[in-house]
Amino acid sequence: MTQTHTFDVVIVGAGGAGLMAALYASRNAKTAVLSKLYPIRSHTGAAQGGIGAALGNLEEDHWEWHAFDTVKGSDYLGDQDAIEFMCREAVQSVYDLEHFGLPFSRTPDGRIAQRPFGGHTNNVTGKPVRRSCYAADRTGHMILQTLFQQCIKNNTLFFDEYQVLDLLIENGRTAGVVAVEIATGEMHVFQAKAVVFATGGHGRVWEITSNAYSYTGDGVAVALRRGIPAEDMEFFQFHPTGIYKLGILITEAVRGEGGILLNKDGERFMERYAPHIKDLASRDVISRSIYLEMKAGKGVNNSYMLLDVRPETVNKYAELDGRTRPDGTPYRVTAQEILSKIPDITDFCVTYLGVDPVQQPIPIQPTAHYAMGGIPTNKLGEVVIDDQGTVLPGLYAAGECACVSVHGANRLGTNSLVDLIVFGKHAGIQAAEYAAGVDFQPLPQDPTGLARQQIEKLYAGSGKEKAVTIGRELKKVMFDDVGVFRTAEGLRTAVEKVKELRERFQQVRVSDTGKIFNMDLLNTWELGNMLDLALVTAIAAEARTESRGGHAREDFPVRDDANWLKHSLAWMDGASVRLGYKPVVITNYAPKERVY
Amino acid sequence: MHYKLKIFRFHPEQDARPHYQHFELDADPTERVLDVLEQIRGEQDGTLAFRRSCAHGVCGSDAMRINGRNYLACKVLLRDLNAAEITIEPILGLRVVKDLIVDMEPFFDHYKSVLPYLINDDPLPADGRERLQSPEDRERFDDTTKCILCAACTTSCPSFWANGEYVGPAAIVNAHRFIYDSRDQGAEKRLEILNEQMGVWRCRTAFNCTEACPREIKITQAIAEVKRAIHTGKLE
Ligand SMILES: Cc1cc2nc3c(=O)[nH]c(=O)nc-3n(C[C@H](O)[C@H](O)[C@H](O)COP(=O)(O)OP(=O)(O)OC[C@H]3O[C@@H](n4cnc5c(N)ncnc54)[C@H](O)[C@@H]3O)c2cc1C
Ligand code: FES
Repeated sequence: MTQTHTFDVVIVGAGGAGLMAALYASRNAKTAVLSKLYPIRSHTGAAQGGIGAALGNLEEDHWEWHAFDTVKGSDYLGDQDAIEFMCREAVQSVYDLEHFGLPFSRTPDGRIAQRPFGGHTNNVTGKPVRRSCYAADRTGHMILQTLFQQCIKNNTLFFDEYQVLDLLIENGRTAGVVAVEIATGEMHVFQAKAVVFATGGHGRVWEITSNAYSYTGDGVAVALRRGIPAEDMEFFQFHPTGIYKLGILITEAVRGEGGILLNKDGERFMERYAPHIKDLASRDVISRSIYLEMKAGKGVNNSYMLLDVRPETVNKYAELDGRTRPDGTPYRVTAQEILSKIPDITDFCVTYLGVDPVQQPIPIQPTAHYAMGGIPTNKLGEVVIDDQGTVLPGLYAAGECACVSVHGANRLGTNSLVDLIVFGKHAGIQAAEYAAGVDFQPLPQDPTGLARQQIEKLYAGSGKEKAVTIGRELKKVMFDDVGVFRTAEGLRTAVEKVKELRERFQQVRVSDTGKIFNMDLLNTWELGNMLDLALVTAIAAEARTESRGGHAREDFPVRDDANWLKHSLAWMDGASVRLGYKPVVITNYAPKERVY
Repeated sequence: MHYKLKIFRFHPEQDARPHYQHFELDADPTERVLDVLEQIRGEQDGTLAFRRSCAHGVCGSDAMRINGRNYLACKVLLRDLNAAEITIEPILGLRVVKDLIVDMEPFFDHYKSVLPYLINDDPLPADGRERLQSPEDRERFDDTTKCILCAACTTSCPSFWANGEYVGPAAIVNAHRFIYDSRDQGAEKRLEILNEQMGVWRCRTAFNCTEACPREIKITQAIAEVKRAIHTGKLE
C-alpha cells in the first residue's frame, strides 16, 4: 500500500544543510524533513576543523579577504557573485549558530575562538589568518547537534529513516518525491510544492575516503535520472591527510595548530611546493605535492607521509617561521595544549593506529573527501537545469550535493560548513516563499512507477554478479585513475571499466526478499547511484584537457583559461552521458596564476 | 587471523524467535568489527542487517553488544577484543526490529523529554554579535557536549533494563550539557523533570554507562552533579 502525504515543502536530508533549510522553511510553510539516517547520524557530524567567517575576533579580517581566498582556492572556477554572497553572509550565520546555542570554543575575552586554516590569508601580508571558528575538533558535531536541538524546540516534523528514491516533476514543475520507509519497506509519495535536496556527497565512489558509508550520491543520481544535469563533477577533492589505508580524516586544524608534513627523510617538503604558506597551502596543492614526493621515492615505505604534531616539532618550525600568538609573543606549545585542541584526532590515532600524536608522527595519505560538483543551483538555492540559467520551479538544492558554485575547482577548508549554513538557510526561505505563491502540481499517473521499476530490477538479475565485487572494482579504478592525478589513458580505462561495471550490475540480485530494514536492497540501489556518478565524473574528467584545482591532468599540467574557464554540465541519457558548459561568473577578481 | 563469529539473527517476517548464526572468516586483527560485519554481508549473507554510517565512531549508528559489552562496531578493532570467538548482539533494553537493529524511538523520546536545547529569552547582544562566555564557563560543560546519542550507555544500564521508562544516562548527559551552560536559563525546569520518579534517582551508580561510552564522557560524574544540583538547588 502506498501512502500519500502532502506538504508545502519537503526537505530531503537532515544534515547541516537540510536542518538549516527546515528551520527556515517551517517558519512559513508546512514542512517535512525526510532522511535515510536519523538526523544526528548525518555526515555533518564528522566535520572537525571549523567554519570560516571573517569575524576578526583575534586579528584584522574582512569578508572581502575571505571572498578572495575562496576565489583563489577555487582556482577561479567559483562563481564570484555567489562567493561574495556566501562570505558576507557567513559572519551573521556564525552569530546565528551561537545564538542557537552552539558551544564554540572561546577566546580569553569570551568571543568565538578562531584558528588558521589552509588557504585562508591576510590579503595584505599573505600570511595565514585566524578565520576558522571552531568547537575543539568537533565543529560539525556541534553544528549538527545544535540545529537538531533547534528543530526539537520548533517541533519540526521528521520522517526518519525514509529513503528517497525518486523525484516527481509534472508540467515542468516540482510535484514531490517518492520514498521508501526503511522500517516497513512501504512506498510513500510526498506531494509537495517545493522540494529541497540536501543529501550530501558521494566519496564512497573512491577506495580511500574520509566519507561515510551513506555518502553514495543519492540526490544527484535521482536528479540525473529525471533529466537534471550535474555540474563540475570532474572536481572532487582529495584531502591530503587521511589516516594511512583507512582514509579517516585528520583535520587541517592539526596543521593550523602547527603540525608539519614530513617525507621519509624528515624533510618539510611543502617548503619546496608552497614557499609562502607551506603546510597550510590549499588541499589540492598539498595532495599533489604528496604524490610527487611519493613518485620521487620520498614516501615512508613508499606508501605514506608523516604528519608531525609533536610539541618539539611544532615549536622548532614555529620558531623558524617566526610564528607569534595574537599578543605578539612567540608561538610555543606543550603536549597538553595540543591535546586540548585536537582531542578527537588524538582519539582516532590511538584507536585506529595505536599512535599517540604528541609522541609519534601520524602516517597519512590523500583521501577522497569532498564533492565540489553536484546539482547546479544559483545563489538562492534554485536548481538550474541548463546553460541559460533556467530554473526548475519548486526544486532547490543545498549543501554538498549542490553546486552553486562557491567552491569551483577546489574547496577551501571550513567553507563547506559555511555553504551548508548560508545556502541551507536561503534554500529554505526561498522554498517556503515559492510554496506560498503556487498551487500543488497534480501527481503523475503512477507516481511510484520509476521507483518500483528500479527496485524490481534489483531482484531480477541472474545473481551471477555480486554487488560487493562490483563496488570494490569501482572504488579501485576510481582511486587509481580518477584520483589526485589523471591522464587521458587512465581516464579512458576508467570510463570503459565503469561502463563494464554498469553492465555487470544488471546481473546482481538482492538476496534479502523481506520488507523490514532491507539494507541489502537499499545498499545495492545506492551502488547503482555510485556507478552513475562515477561514469559522469570520469567522462567529464576525460573531456577537461587542463589542470585546475582538484582536477590535475599529467598530460595537461597547466590551467587553460582561454578554453576551460567554464563549468561543465553532464546529462545522463540511459547509458550515455552528454556534456555541456556554462560560463563562470566573474565580478571583482580577474583570473590570476595561483601561487601559495 | 581466523575468527569465529556468533551473530544474533532475527527476521520478523520469517522467524518466530531470534537465534544465533555462526560465521567464520579470516581477517586482520587491526580491522574493525564493522569491517567484519560488512565482509559477512558482502560475501556470506546479504540479509544480515545493521545500521552504520561514518565508520569512525562519530555518528553513533552502530552501538551493539560485542562479547557481552557495548561498543561501536566501528570503534573496536578485532585485536582489542583479545578473542578469536566473537559474539555480536543488539543493544539491550530496546525492542529488536531485525538482527542488530533496535527500535530507537523510546531512546530519542527520553532525550527529547529533558528539553535538550538552549533556553534563553534575554534579548540578543545589541551589536548582533555573539554572547560572551569565558573559556572557563565553556569548559564547565565541555565533556557532555561530546555525546553522539549512540545509546551505548543507556542500554548498558541495569536500571534501564529493569524499567524502560527511566530517562537513562544519555538523556541526563544531554540535560547536563545545558544545565551547566552559562548562557542557558532552563536549569530549573530540567532539574524538575529529572527529579521526577523516572528521573535521575533511578541511577544506582552501576558505572556501566561510563565504561560503555565510546566518547569517554564521565557520565557517572555528570549524573552525580545533576543529583547534587537537585539536592542543593545550586549549580556549581
Ligand atoms: C571527516 C570530515 C571532516 C570535515 N570537516 C570539515 C570542516 O572542518 N569544515 C568544513 O567546512 N567542512 C568539513 N567537511 C565537509 C562537510 O562536513 C560536509 O561537506 C557537510 O557536512 C555536508 O553536509 P550536508 O548537509 O550537505 O550533508 P550531510 O550532513 O551528509 O547530510 C546528508 C543527509 O541526506 C540524507 N540522505 C542522503 N541520501 C538520502 C536519500 N536517498 N533519501 C533520504 N535522505 C537522504 C542523509 O540521511 C543525511 O541526513 C568534512 C567532511 C568530512 C567527511
Ligand atoms: S558507524 Fe558511525 S559511529 Fe560507527
